[in-house]
Amino acid sequence: MTRHEPLDLKKAEISGGVATDRRHDSAHKHVTGEAVYIDDMAEPAGTLHAYLGLSTVAHGIIKSMDLGAVAAAPGVVAVLTHEDVPGTNDISPAGLDDEPIFAPDKVQFLGQPVFAVVAETREQARRACSLARIEYEDLPALIDIAEAGEDARLVTKPLTLQRGSVGPALQAAPRRISGRMRVGGQDHFYLEGQIAFAMPGEDQDVTVHSSTQHPSEVQHMVAHALGAPSHAVTVEVRRMGGGFGGKETQANLFAAVAAIAAKKTGRPVKIRPDRDDDMTATGKRHDFLIDYDVGFDEEGRILGVDFTYSARCGFSADLSGPVTDRALFHCDNTYYYPSVRAISRPLYTNTVSNTAFRGFGGPQGMLGAERIIDEVAFALGRDPLEIRKRNLYGETDRNVTPYHQTVEDSEAARVIEELEISAGYADRRREIAEFNERSPIVKRGIALTPVKFGISFTATHFNQAGALVHVYTDGSIHLNHGGTEMGQGLYVKVAQIVAEEFQVDIEQVKITATTTGKVPNTSATAASSGSDLNGMAAQNAARQIKDRLIDFATGQYEVPKEQIEFLPGRVRVGNQEIPFAELVRQAYMARIQLSAAGFYKTPKIHWNRDKGKGRPFYYFAYGAACSEVSVDTLTGEYVVERTDILHETGRSLNRAIDIGQIEGGFIQGMGWLTTEELVWDDKGRLRTHAPSTYKIPLASDRPKIFNVELADWGENREKTVHRSKAVGEPPFMLAMSVLHALSDAVASVAGHKICPRLDAPATPERVLMAVERLRAEG
Amino acid sequence: MDFVSISVNGTELAGPAEPRNLLVEFLRANGLTGTHVGCDTSQCGACNVLVDGKLIKSCTAFAVELQGRSVTTIEGVAVGGALHPIQRAFHDYHGLQCGFCTPGMIIAALALLQENTKPTEDEIRAFLAGSICRCTGYQNIVTAIQAAAEQMESGNV
Repeated sequence: MTRHEPLDLKKAEISGGVATDRRHDSAHKHVTGEAVYIDDMAEPAGTLHAYLGLSTVAHGIIKSMDLGAVAAAPGVVAVLTHEDVPGTNDISPAGLDDEPIFAPDKVQFLGQPVFAVVAETREQARRACSLARIEYEDLPALIDIAEAGEDARLVTKPLTLQRGSVGPALQAAPRRISGRMRVGGQDHFYLEGQIAFAMPGEDQDVTVHSSTQHPSEVQHMVAHALGAPSHAVTVEVRRMGGGFGGKETQANLFAAVAAIAAKKTGRPVKIRPDRDDDMTATGKRHDFLIDYDVGFDEEGRILGVDFTYSARCGFSADLSGPVTDRALFHCDNTYYYPSVRAISRPLYTNTVSNTAFRGFGGPQGMLGAERIIDEVAFALGRDPLEIRKRNLYGETDRNVTPYHQTVEDSEAARVIEELEISAGYADRRREIAEFNERSPIVKRGIALTPVKFGISFTATHFNQAGALVHVYTDGSIHLNHGGTEMGQGLYVKVAQIVAEEFQVDIEQVKITATTTGKVPNTSATAASSGSDLNGMAAQNAARQIKDRLIDFATGQYEVPKEQIEFLPGRVRVGNQEIPFAELVRQAYMARIQLSAAGFYKTPKIHWNRDKGKGRPFYYFAYGAACSEVSVDTLTGEYVVERTDILHETGRSLNRAIDIGQIEGGFIQGMGWLTTEELVWDDKGRLRTHAPSTYKIPLASDRPKIFNVELADWGENREKTVHRSKAVGEPPFMLAMSVLHALSDAVASVAGHKICPRLDAPATPERVLMAVERLRAEG
Repeated sequence: MDFVSISVNGTELAGPAEPRNLLVEFLRANGLTGTHVGCDTSQCGACNVLVDGKLIKSCTAFAVELQGRSVTTIEGVAVGGALHPIQRAFHDYHGLQCGFCTPGMIIAALALLQENTKPTEDEIRAFLAGSICRCTGYQNIVTAIQAAAEQMESGNV
């Protein structure tokens, strides 16, 4: 906008307000290729490039390290090892001092950074890395958690959730089944790999452009590594090319190396690993072994459950504590357990340190719940949907979770019921049975699975956010907040909220890059919390300025507050209407402060981890999906014929963005549960380190019919921003419907009397093995 | 070091290149950063460009091989500041999230619609097999390409 544009003083509504389908804030720049990612930034003269030298054994003592040839290679300016870290050689986000930047004397996984080369070009740095001669003395390595003993080492303190007496409940139950489920991990495969670009400044200063979901943590880690105060380090991120949790802590390493190199050489340093190294050296979704023991009655009512969730955490804690905690928090999904015990085992392994990934342990937790539903259903010869409905949380009783939070907003029953009708579940269940009667080889299956996902960081103190809003004298607005943009549309949602407050067109609001210099001490953009937290903080900042403008107008025009109203593009003051920019200019002349720092903290939440009791979640997000598959029982190959989704995002801030999150989350979840398989060999080498061997869903891998609806009645019962709900993670778990539809199709070969116990990912091989097992047993 | 001259988006782009330099490196080194590097292994399609109108991954070609050829990158798709209908459709139909794959997707769509003006949904999805998107689930990408095809077919450009 410019101040010379004609003003429409009768305008009925602003463009880009709340609850409009506003496009992504950078859509125009993305389609023209103008959007700048870190690797696209113009490089200042003298820019150097760093590359990491990685370990070649899974567990070993470094006997000798000869980097002479590396240092002598063409273009090499510096070689960095742990001895070159000026501060602390540690980037443990948990503060446990268990994650060195460069392995000092011992390596603990294959692919662990041991040194870095800094050279004039990236190619020179990369080639020089291969000249290192390192001798290791091999130590015994634990790769697979199935081989972990009872007393195996844990990377962090485990959690127990307990309600009721599960032992007696299981003993008294008319029916009882125990078993084990294996759930695979997942590589994030953000299209833009890890990258950092550090610019040295004067004194101890350094500015780091980092592709990170957590600029404040990168700031702290870089400061820690440099031995500098946090004020010396500025971290900025305008956008990421995807994050999905993979840039919550995993960006720390690259930022620290770039910053150390920049301070050492006095020149800008950029680091970007190849995709293979990125996949080898950075953490992924945890794979789990879930042991369960469930007691139930002849009606399919669950009476007690005992769960143990063992996770492959890798060599350090990273976020494994909160990830395995969240798995336990979701061991109930939407179901009430009269008595329950759930234990986590965050296991140390000689593999890369696993980390956050969309759902953060929740998806693995829920799979345990859905597996026991399958067990109960097949044992009783009932439709799993009937068992699901029978065990849902109640509204007034049967509504306490394993962590003693009361479910006050149970919407699962309504979501399931509406989807059951709109997807025609009952009719299709009959048709599928008829089809399977006629079809000896291709078998169809259907499943309808719900999702209840807890919203809030379980570490209560992370549930805070800040924002900075400036209004300039031409009426244009500068917006900054602690949230980061990774494609999810956070920037546009927060801008919509600010535009709505001031009643100005969204074009008048400039969305600016997230930087630790403007909003400090932020939390990661994670846990689906971005809009909830930053939206509220930005609204708070806008309201402070608005209140000052109202106070000013009250005095200046001698009208009561009630007669001042922000209308589209203008402000009504008594009987007159003043253009927004004009009122702002008048306020400036009267020396009114037109800038505000906003703040928000989530109310009501508390959590006592030692007792396993509290209210860790402000509210729950709900959804359900119904998927139908057809399986070739001779090969195990399958097709998803149809998926129907009903998801609830409260009063949506932006339906188009929310539906995009649901579609993308579902397909990503489907990849996790079907084709994406991580394979480490017995030496600890990741054999699936590129998309050639690691199968990410393609455009053709989708349900042939795909219907996605938002619940039009949605409204958050808690006072969230415009009563919306978080949407980043919950839809990911809608993909459980595909796994269970496959399970249903497999079960048909044995008359639905045997639980297929299909592990994830349900690759065609696993499906075929399950079919053959059931045919043999049935 | 060789000296390479390639016609990029209708303009001569000339500069030094080592024989092993990839086309994508050459483009990016010369300021055309809309062509992205995603997987480094010729799988993901973030670096898609057209060479003499034909779709290639610019990480599969050496810059020196392209001497005298004609290359179209994402920067050359909009003409005179006006978005191409495919770009407009990706923009309007929310065919993007993080945006990193978007230039490659648009170039792939351009190649598809040049050879098949009325692709079916299945044909679009099959054609995109060489282009990975991790955010959108492809739904809005396919919708955008369908919309662009209709618009281009009706001549309503």
